[in-house]
Amino acid sequence: MSLNGSACIVGAYEHPTRKADALSVVRLHADVARGALEDAGLSKGDIDGYFCAGDAPGLGTTTMAEYLGLKLRHVDSTECGGSAPILHVAHAAAAIAAGRCNVALITLAGRPRAQMAAAQAAAKDGKGRAPLALKPPDPDAPELAFELPYGPATQNLYAAVAKRHMHEFGTTSEQLAWIKVAASHHAQHNPLAMLREVVTVEDVLNSPLVSDPLHRLDCCVMSDGGGAIIVARPEIARQLKRPIVKVRGTGEAPKHGMGGKMDLTYSAAAWSGPLAFAEAGVTPADIQYASLYDSFTITVLMQLEDLGFCKKGEGGRFVADGNLISGVGKLPFNTDGGGLCNNHPANRGGITKIIEAVRQLRGEAHPAVQVPDCSLALANGIGGALASRHTAGTLILERV
Amino acid sequence: MSTPDSNRVKPAGAPGPRRIPAPRVLPESQAYWTAADEGRLLVKQCRACGEFHHYPRDICPHCMSADTEWLQAAGTGTVYSFSTMGKGEAAYTLAFVTLEEGVTLMTNLVDCDPADVAIGQPVRVVFKPSDGGHAVPMFTPA
Repeated sequence: MSLNGSACIVGAYEHPTRKADALSVVRLHADVARGALEDAGLSKGDIDGYFCAGDAPGLGTTTMAEYLGLKLRHVDSTECGGSAPILHVAHAAAAIAAGRCNVALITLAGRPRAQMAAAQAAAKDGKGRAPLALKPPDPDAPELAFELPYGPATQNLYAAVAKRHMHEFGTTSEQLAWIKVAASHHAQHNPLAMLREVVTVEDVLNSPLVSDPLHRLDCCVMSDGGGAIIVARPEIARQLKRPIVKVRGTGEAPKHGMGGKMDLTYSAAAWSGPLAFAEAGVTPADIQYASLYDSFTITVLMQLEDLGFCKKGEGGRFVADGNLISGVGKLPFNTDGGGLCNNHPANRGGITKIIEAVRQLRGEAHPAVQVPDCSLALANGIGGALASRHTAGTLILERV
Repeated sequence: MSTPDSNRVKPAGAPGPRRIPAPRVLPESQAYWTAADEGRLLVKQCRACGEFHHYPRDICPHCMSADTEWLQAAGTGTVYSFSTMGKGEAAYTLAFVTLEEGVTLMTNLVDCDPADVAIGQPVRVVFKPSDGGHAVPMFTPA
């Protein structure tokens, strides 16, 4: 069953907060649900499907249905880290096509920044221990004994991919820096962005080395907040007042250590991308705007190659000289500033990738970064870690 | 093997080198860690398809046969990629090393200046004490 045209995105909302000291995780989820409903012109009673991932509190879909008072006939808590909302859109389209729901709400939210600040303050007062950035590892995870003793962190797992890419293809730190430079050019126009200052390649290279070869400015921000998306049956979308954004292509794939036959030169986007392009019946050259997961600069570079925007190994040359800057280069990306400059709520960048793609397709991005007559956009997520295990989700959206 | 002074496990909260968390061992990989305590690196091979795999499982990830066996690895390999994180004596180098047997595993590069390490460089296994648990295989330039 092709999902091309089976559903539309009718609502999108990004939480304005970047540090939620006084807002709980459930409240953030509820805030973005309200925002997306208002954006769509729908009400709570219209929702009959709900989707969330591991960032939702308690029992996820059940807890959120109770808090929001939702009466549902379809739920899905597919969890694969930051790419989950991209998969949720595809799964919502499939559920709508199968007649299992008509209007699906997807939420993502969290407050890791406020939690970290509170835990650090408690540790300083001697009332608690220093916080973990992520949930404690699952003792039943079979890989744990073979990884945890070696200190895998998000930063060094992505850095190892960057170093291998440099070794195989001659990619340079200067080229990676251009990705941050492009994001900062977009973020200067976003009053909510955490990092609004335009930076240069030299600024990135002069920022402290976090895990070689990645510098601090190669990394995304850490933020609170979240976002929501509403996916609906096309017949419903046509009755609403918003521009119609159609789901045209979807793809998803996990990639892992492959039993030790490891190859860090490509990501799971090399598998999810072709599925989405085949379903959409378009090619990378047709895409006018791309939201690319930007946990680190290297993440963006890998997706550009793996999705086919350039050949494998040529990502460094592709991103150089502002090629990702809207109005300047060939492929405008993350025009809200992305995770590199704007926000990365709940340590998960998937929902904001979809939201900015929807803004571009509706013509509602900031005028300084709006792609003229943008009718075909892509959003891609990488959830997990590139060097160990991750799941990619690719979404191709069209304004009709 | 390990040099007790330079690799002593530091007490909680104290400054100094990164503590090596003890591996949380599942029953199917107990033999690997028992061997590590004896200074031997094991690798799993499938009797059905002949392929090596890592991390070690009862069930072969290549063909799903349950007929897998432990072999002693040569203990040598080459650096696939690596990255150094942290400052001063807390700095450590996460690495991926491809063993002679063909599998690539996550590890640390130790007893060397990572600035002198290159991808493709030959390395050999050494065993370091963990924080109250089994010895952990790590690698150093051969």
